[in-house]
Amino acid sequence: MIGAALARFMTDDRGRCLAALAAEFRDLDLAEEALSAAVETALEAWPCDGTPEHPRGWILAVARRRAIDRLRRQARGREVLAQHAILAGTGDDTVSEIPDARLGLIFACCHPALDAKSRVALTLRTLGGLTTGEIARAFLDREAAMGQRLTRAKTKIREARIPFAVPGPEDWDVRLESVLRVLYLIFNEGYSRTEGAAPLRIDLCEEAIWLGRMLRQLRPDEPEILGLLALMLSVHARRHARFGPDGAVIALDRQDPRRWDGPARHEAETLLDEALRLGRPGPCQIKAAISCLHMQSAPGAADWRQIVLLYDSLLRHEPTPVVRLNRAAALCELGALREAEAELATLAEALEGYQPFHALRADIAARRGDTAAARASYARAIGMAGTSAERDFLRKRSEALPEAETFSGEKSQPQEKKAETKLGPSPTGR
Amino acid sequence: MKYIALIYYDPAAAPQSGSKMNEEYFAFTRRAMEAGVMKGGDALHPPATATVVRTRHGKVETMDGPFAETKEQLGGYYVFDCADLDEAIRWVADIPGAKIGAIEVRPLVVFE
Repeated sequence: MIGAALARFMTDDRGRCLAALAAEFRDLDLAEEALSAAVETALEAWPCDGTPEHPRGWILAVARRRAIDRLRRQARGREVLAQHAILAGTGDDTVSEIPDARLGLIFACCHPALDAKSRVALTLRTLGGLTTGEIARAFLDREAAMGQRLTRAKTKIREARIPFAVPGPEDWDVRLESVLRVLYLIFNEGYSRTEGAAPLRIDLCEEAIWLGRMLRQLRPDEPEILGLLALMLSVHARRHARFGPDGAVIALDRQDPRRWDGPARHEAETLLDEALRLGRPGPCQIKAAISCLHMQSAPGAADWRQIVLLYDSLLRHEPTPVVRLNRAAALCELGALREAEAELATLAEALEGYQPFHALRADIAARRGDTAAARASYARAIGMAGTSAERDFLRKRSEALPEAETFSGEKSQPQEKKAETKLGPSPTGR
Repeated sequence: MKYIALIYYDPAAAPQSGSKMNEEYFAFTRRAMEAGVMKGGDALHPPATATVVRTRHGKVETMDGPFAETKEQLGGYYVFDCADLDEAIRWVADIPGAKIGAIEVRPLVVFE
């Protein structure tokens, strides 16, 4: 019974209480320490005294007293203490509702003044409630190094006074983008983890979706939040169809739609509709639209003309080489080989070390009937493949090339892999 | 909370007297003073006028110039008093030098 009440607190209310404490004391470390001390106190007190009527209020009150105690012992806290002297006596444990400060906490954790990897780690730690060890394993880091990273980030938030506040309209777009990027990095980290690494208790894709849902709940009328959630859900819906029995990647338009997760896909489409109705398009919504569009056509019959147009509008928001590459891939599918090749030529310098660039170059060469060039480009792509699933996929494509220099007419689709995995920046530059 | 904004720029692109950027600096400084945010600030003479001093084993070592051979050099600074980093960033982004160089923002230590 006690265990159940505490477990419910840990899943539902931990982030909320942490956010309230962080906003109040402007110190994440202090907030975390006070909260875990309060939970420990609950573990001791509740079995004897019974579960309090308002567990959340109870824990928050204990944590607040604990934080004030610690501040008393530190000179640093003088200024903050003065503001909280009144609260100290009255730690109100009868309150059932506390204001939800989690949005402010997310914006602090994803502040652009912190480095990208720290933003991701901090968000998983404070809002996702992951342990330092779990985050370290997720990013193939040593636990000690991850602990130091988190400590440095929390120290910077405190000393440079990064606010635990929702940014005003003048900063909103830039700051929201940073938050969405963090969520997408978490998602991508989970998505690209296809093999090799030790299995995790936490599915980072689901964690990112969970965070996205929370963000949506806190800001229901922000179309880019809806767009990101739709993007993640639509990609996640294909998780069981992405790999063949041999472990190789299956290109999107060769996947078996029956293996897609229907409810997730449906939710993605509904969210996207909702976002588009708000009439403020943005990059996440466009990426979600591309991802959903891929799933709406019969296998192998994607509407490439529409997809090229969507990439055109994405380019207006994100004029990056990777987006241009994805657009070139769509052009290639459309049969506009010359145009695709011209685009590739301008991208060579920027994307020379990027596997999908060579895979697309191979695909275009193959379609032109230049088997030798195609084979050479596949070889380069295979050498750069990050996982064996990607490697096997590219090898199969290369082996399927005809012996003679004749155009087989067979459709090929390596760009799908890119469309799926490389819509955003690559995660945290591991 | 006090923040120092350290303005780095390529000395070759330093604002000349009477230049448009100089006027922008005057306007910006006036605005920051009127808002009560500005607590100090100066422009520095170019790095060629700098002297580096170290004390080692009780001996003073004096050397010419800044030791770092970087393209961007410290050209000046402001001290702002702001509620938090976000407010500081908003002011710093308006420093005219932000358009040609880079500005490092650091909180000042308060000794109690």
